Amino acid sequence: MEDLFNYIIGRYNYWAAIILLLIGLYGMIAKNNLLKKVIGMTIFQAAIILFYVSIGDKRGATIPILDHGHGTHQAIEAAAYANPLPHVLMLTAIVVGVSTLGVALAILQKIYRVHGTIEEDEILETIDQ
Amino acid sequence: MSLEQHAIIIILAPLLGALVISLIGGLHRRVAYLTLVAALAVSFSSTIATLSQVAARAAEGPLHYFLGDWQPPYGIELVIDPLNALVLTMVAGVSLLVAIYSKETVRRESPDRLHHYYTLFALLVAGLLGITATGDIFNLYVLTEIAALASYALLASGRGFAYYATFKYIIMGTIGACFYLLGVGYLYIKTGTLNMAEMQAFMTRPALLHSESIRVAFILIMVGLWIKMAFFPLHGWLPNAYTRTSTTTSCLVAPLMTKVSVYVMIRVMFGVFTLPYAYHVMGWNTAVVWLASLAIVAGSIGALAQTNLKRMLTYIIVAEVGYMVGGAWLGNAAGLTGAIYHIISDGLMTACLFMAVGAITFKTGEINLEAMRGVFRRMPVTAAIFVVGGLAMIGIPPTCGFFSKWYLLSGGLAAGHYGFVVALLFSSLVNAVLFFRLFEIGYYPLFDAQSEAGQHDKVVVAEAPLSMLVPMLITAAMILVVGLYTSRIVSGLIEYALPAGLKL
Repeated sequence: MEDLFNYIIGRYNYWAAIILLLIGLYGMIAKNNLLKKVIGMTIFQAAIILFYVSIGDKRGATIPILDHGHGTHQAIEAAAYANPLPHVLMLTAIVVGVSTLGVALAILQKIYRVHGTIEEDEILETIDQ
Repeated sequence: MSLEQHAIIIILAPLLGALVISLIGGLHRRVAYLTLVAALAVSFSSTIATLSQVAARAAEGPLHYFLGDWQPPYGIELVIDPLNALVLTMVAGVSLLVAIYSKETVRRESPDRLHHYYTLFALLVAGLLGITATGDIFNLYVLTEIAALASYALLASGRGFAYYATFKYIIMGTIGACFYLLGVGYLYIKTGTLNMAEMQAFMTRPALLHSESIRVAFILIMVGLWIKMAFFPLHGWLPNAYTRTSTTTSCLVAPLMTKVSVYVMIRVMFGVFTLPYAYHVMGWNTAVVWLASLAIVAGSIGALAQTNLKRMLTYIIVAEVGYMVGGAWLGNAAGLTGAIYHIISDGLMTACLFMAVGAITFKTGEINLEAMRGVFRRMPVTAAIFVVGGLAMIGIPPTCGFFSKWYLLSGGLAAGHYGFVVALLFSSLVNAVLFFRLFEIGYYPLFDAQSEAGQHDKVVVAEAPLSMLVPMLITAAMILVVGLYTSRIVSGLIEYALPAGLKL
C-alpha cells in the first residue's frame, strides 16, 4: 500500500498531466458540441505544456539567471538552476496552441454560418440531405 | 551565393515569399502569383543544387548546415542526406508546378482573397520543406504545425461543407501532433538532447534500448505520425477534407502532406531510433505490415465505391499510404527502397491525377464520373495526361509506379509476407478496374441532341488554359523520366539512404 502511495505521490506531476490529457482526449472524441471539442483540444495541449514545464524543475533550484554572469569565470552549479530548455520549448508550443485555437474558432464560426448549428449530429443531418 | 547556403535558401525562399506576398500581394492580382512562382523557383533550383551536391558525395555522409553557426547540441542544424534531398526535390518541384497551375483556378475560386491564399500556399511549402530538412526533433514539431495550420486554412477555402471536414481534420491533426510532442518529451527526459543524430548515439546504450520510457516514446510518435499520414484505421478525416476543398488546395495538399509524414516516419525510425530498435526491440513488424495490407485493401475498396472523381482519388491515397508504411516495416532493403522510391513516385502520380481532374472540373464544372464523358475528344491533352497518371497508379512500365511496386513486391516476397503481396496485387487490379472504367467513359461522346443528329465530328475542342496544361505535361513527363532513371536513382541515392545493416 505504501509503495503504491509513493508511486502515485512521488510522480504527482506526471499523474496530473496524464489525467488532464485524458480529460482533453475524452472531450475531443466524445463530445457532440464542436465548441466543447475545441475546449478539449485546449486542455489536451495544456496538459502537454504542463508536463514539459514540470520536467525542467529541480528540487530547491532557482530561476536560471546568473548574477554577474559576465566577466566572472567561476564554475556554475547546474543543480542550483531549473532547466530552462523545456520552458523555452513550451513558449513555442503555447504559440502553436494559440494559433490552432484561433484557426479552430474561426472555422467554427464559419460552420455556424453554413449549418446554423455547432452540434455535430445536427450538422451531419444537414450534410446527408 | 556560396554553395553551402543552398540548404537554408530552400526554406527561406518560400518563407520570405509568404512575407512579401502578404505585404504587397494585394496591390495587383498578378503580383501575388508571380512572387509565389519566383520564390518556389528559387527554392526548387536550390534543391536541385543540393541534390547534385549530395549525390556527388553520397558515400561520405550528409551535409550539415548550422543555423546562425550554433553547433548542434545548442543550435538547430539542417541535415541533408540522400533520403531527404530526394524528398526535398519532389516537394519543391511539385509545389512549383502546382503554383504555376493555380493561376486560373485560384482566380476563379478565391478571387477576393487571392493574396491571402498565396501567403498560406507559400507558408505550407516552407513548413513541408523545413520538416524534411531539419535535423532537430523539436524543430520538426514546430514546422509540422506551421504546415498543418497553413493546410487547415487552405482546406477551408473550399467553403460550404469544407468547413466541417476541415474542423474534423484540425481535431485529428492536433491529436497527432500532440502525441508526437509528448513522445519527444519522453525522449528528451531520457537523453537530454533534441538533436536527432545525438539522440541516436544515445539510443545504442543497452540501458536505453530496453527502457520503458523509450518504448512509450516510440509508440506515441508512431501513432501521432500515423494519424497525420492517415494510415488505416486512422484515415477517417482524409477523404472528406481533401474532397470538399478547392481544386488548387487538393492538388497541393494531397500529393505532399501524407508523403512528408511518411518521410518523417522513416526518418524517426532510422535517424532517431535505430534499425535494430525499430525492427527487433519493438517486434511490431508483422502487425504493422498486416495493418498496411488492410489499409491497401480498405482504401482500394473504398475507391471502388465512389462516384466522385476527387473522392475516389483520396481513397487511393489511403491505399498508397499503406504501400509506403508496409514497405518501411517489411524489414528488408527492397521493401524500404520501395517505400522511399514510392514517396517520390506517388507524389508525382497523385499530383498528376489531381491536376488532370482539376482541369476537367475547371472546364466542365462537374466532379462526378460523368464529367469524364467525351473527355478524349474535348480535352485530348488533359485526357492523355490523365492516362499517364492512371497507368502509373496501376503500375505499368515504364512509369515510376511500376518500379515502386516492383521493389515493394520483391520486398514482400523476401520477407515472406504474402498477405502484403496479395494486397498489393489486389490494389493494382482494383486500380486497373477504376481507371479503365474512366478511360472507357472518356472515349464515349456526350449523349446530347447534337450527337443524336449525327454531328459526331463537330465536337468542340476546349482545352484547359496553357498555364494549367504546361505543369501537367511536365508532371506526366516526370513520371516517365523518374521511371526510366529508376536504377540511377536507386543506386546513386536511395542505396546510401538505407540505414547501415540493410543492403540491396
